[in-house]
Amino acid sequence: MTESAEWSDPTATAPQGAAAGTPAVSPADTSDAARLVAFGLQPKLQPARDQEYADLLRRYREDPPFARLADAVATGLGLVVLEVSPRAGMAVTAAEGSVFAVRMGDYARRAASDTADRFLHGLAHLAVAALAFPRPEDLADDGYIGRVTVNGVDAFVRQACRRLEQRAEEQGENTDPASDAPGLEAAWRVWARRSATGATKDSRRLAGSTTGIVAKAVAFLADSGFLQRTGDEGGGTYRTTARYQLQVRDMASSAAMGELLELGVVPVTDGSATLLPPDDADDLDLVADAGLPFHS
Amino acid sequence: MTSPVTHPVELPRPGSALPRLAVGPAADEGLARRLRALACTAPLHDLDARKANLSGEFSVYGMAEVALAAIDLVTLTMDFDTGADHEQIVTRLTPRVAAQAPRRPVAEHERVARWVLESLINVGSVDRGFRAVYGTFTADGVYVRRDYDFKLIEEVPGPGGGVYLRTTDEAVNVLVGALDTDVTSAQIAAEVKLEVLINRGRLADAQLAAEQARYRTVQYSETLRRALEATRRNVRAVDWLRTVPDMIAEALEHVADRYRHENAILTNIRKARDESEDPGQKRRAAELVDIVKDCIRRHTQLQSRLLEAGPLFRAEQDRQAFAAPARTAGTDLYGQLLAPVLPLPLEQSIQVTDAFFAHGTGLRTPGSVRVGDLVDLLLTPPAEREHLGAEMPEPDLIATPDDSRFSEGQLAAAKELLDLPPDAPRRLSGLLAEARRQDPDLPYLVALLAIHAASPPVGTAYRQGEPRLLFAVDDGAELDDPEFGGADLIVGTALLDAAGMAADRRDSA
Repeated sequence: MTESAEWSDPTATAPQGAAAGTPAVSPADTSDAARLVAFGLQPKLQPARDQEYADLLRRYREDPPFARLADAVATGLGLVVLEVSPRAGMAVTAAEGSVFAVRMGDYARRAASDTADRFLHGLAHLAVAALAFPRPEDLADDGYIGRVTVNGVDAFVRQACRRLEQRAEEQGENTDPASDAPGLEAAWRVWARRSATGATKDSRRLAGSTTGIVAKAVAFLADSGFLQRTGDEGGGTYRTTARYQLQVRDMASSAAMGELLELGVVPVTDGSATLLPPDDADDLDLVADAGLPFHS
Repeated sequence: MTSPVTHPVELPRPGSALPRLAVGPAADEGLARRLRALACTAPLHDLDARKANLSGEFSVYGMAEVALAAIDLVTLTMDFDTGADHEQIVTRLTPRVAAQAPRRPVAEHERVARWVLESLINVGSVDRGFRAVYGTFTADGVYVRRDYDFKLIEEVPGPGGGVYLRTTDEAVNVLVGALDTDVTSAQIAAEVKLEVLINRGRLADAQLAAEQARYRTVQYSETLRRALEATRRNVRAVDWLRTVPDMIAEALEHVADRYRHENAILTNIRKARDESEDPGQKRRAAELVDIVKDCIRRHTQLQSRLLEAGPLFRAEQDRQAFAAPARTAGTDLYGQLLAPVLPLPLEQSIQVTDAFFAHGTGLRTPGSVRVGDLVDLLLTPPAEREHLGAEMPEPDLIATPDDSRFSEGQLAAAKELLDLPPDAPRRLSGLLAEARRQDPDLPYLVALLAIHAASPPVGTAYRQGEPRLLFAVDDGAELDDPEFGGADLIVGTALLDAAGMAADRRDSA
């Protein structure tokens, strides 16, 4: 309440609908705050297209008590507020264990029982993000719009797998997994051995193929307001939205990084923008000075 | 061994006299390679074993032979950009199947071709591939069974959203055998051999060598296609400082070299083809010309791709490397997440992908159901499915005004007037006068029909077997009529020999 007192300082502009100086929250304010959260739950709705949404967003930015009220409503519902802005709208996402969270079992039926399928679906989402934001700057730059195609994502992952395969061959490793321990199979092999596409009797995309899995991922993301479909080339062309960038930057990448760290894999960076080379710098002929700040 | 004194010399242990069996990964590697090579042939043998399970009698077909032919066809039809078309392969495979059992119906031949092709893709499995299990020793001498996953024909997405077939490296190795060598040197060897064979006039051997050279050409361009594709997609995935420029230079040199070479060969074979007396030799030379032409076409295609690569790289570099640097750094999703995840064992990497999925998919508003709604929903009778589709809208027809010059009645009257007995032809002037008495408009119609009869449709009448035909002849008399001028035609009816004509038609048919 002390904070509210601070906010209700007479010098502050009196917010509409709430009497200045009184910390009391009227039911109308709560209704408006919940309404804003409800708008946030419709991720494909664009603030520019809806006058009421735009008004509530402006109120959120100009009226701090109202903002805190909306945040509280979201938190109480099990939502995390990522950003509230005219470009992204009320960008909320599901908190851990929330009723709004997407479960893998609901997402793809096979994934619930089959480890390999579960991995492929997860990797497809990671690969879509990686190709949508290929460089760290792209993920950081609010104005960046990434473009992905379904076939492009598949080819991108396959290329990465092929490099690992070549590397294993060069080192004379036998990457064939032991029959009784499928969990020890290298992850890239699971993607590499799944067929890229397949003809089906009803001439749809084979759902279990890698392009089918990627197509499912992008269609789902488009449904979540994270991607927008722009064409049919390359199995489907999509561009990213501000919400997707926020989701990947603030939620997904850090969560996945945390898991990797727990596995003791990722070298801890100093937070600078340098791209870290992979563990073995065998073909690192390229350096930043070459105009290509990319590792192989 | 109870009294070692009596055996001062230690007997050789049973194993030591024999050459020691290789244990350990290094010595085992060759064995593993051969086991894998052997495994690649298993699906072909399997076809012949499984054909008994098909409904019907299929033992007459050599399935392994059809399968090898299919792999051959796909390899040769594979293009630079796409692969072979599924239907086309089936169509081109069918003649060979038909040759194996010419008495069986065509539908069965096609079914066999389709079955073999689908078995090679292994349509039933989720990976659409094959798996063989073999055993090796690890570095510490432990025996491990391993899974070897491979494909023979894989399905790849084409540019138009279609699905195309490509043969895998494994399949090419099965097909030609021992192709696991340096592509370039093997190609040179094959072409030198080809030239020698042609010079000696041994075309059968030359054809074999030329076909081999083409397989290698396909494999070579496949390697290059992959590298170029990666470049196109992601500049940082490829070493553009040394590896790729070297590769492009090498490939261009290769194309120039091969082009020269194959043109020389082409000239030689053409000469052999034109000069040869033996028809078999001639045919073989002609086939060889086709093969070499195809090689040249593939090289030209390869070359145009190579020339596109440079500008493409520069455009991508502009886009990716020269953008203004951002204020803060984000996560390098590829370098810090995707690349480290891929080499991990599945059970570890899945923790990372699960975390990314759980936090990267956003939210879904859960559907909630009220019992009342549910009851209503369940009790609602299902909507009648329309068997005939949507109702067709009644077409709004507008009667077109009848702008015919003559009415049906007038035509009938004219026809009646012109229905002359065959033995009594009449002058046109008389017919016109008679018509004018019935209807002032009728003479025009009669005149028109008479003029048509001047060039009677004899051919049509003959084909349709008509018994009679109206004709008109000009005998030089002038028509004296108030409305018409010209010749006073003699109009009559000719009887046609319908039965004779019909017999003629049967004979000529």
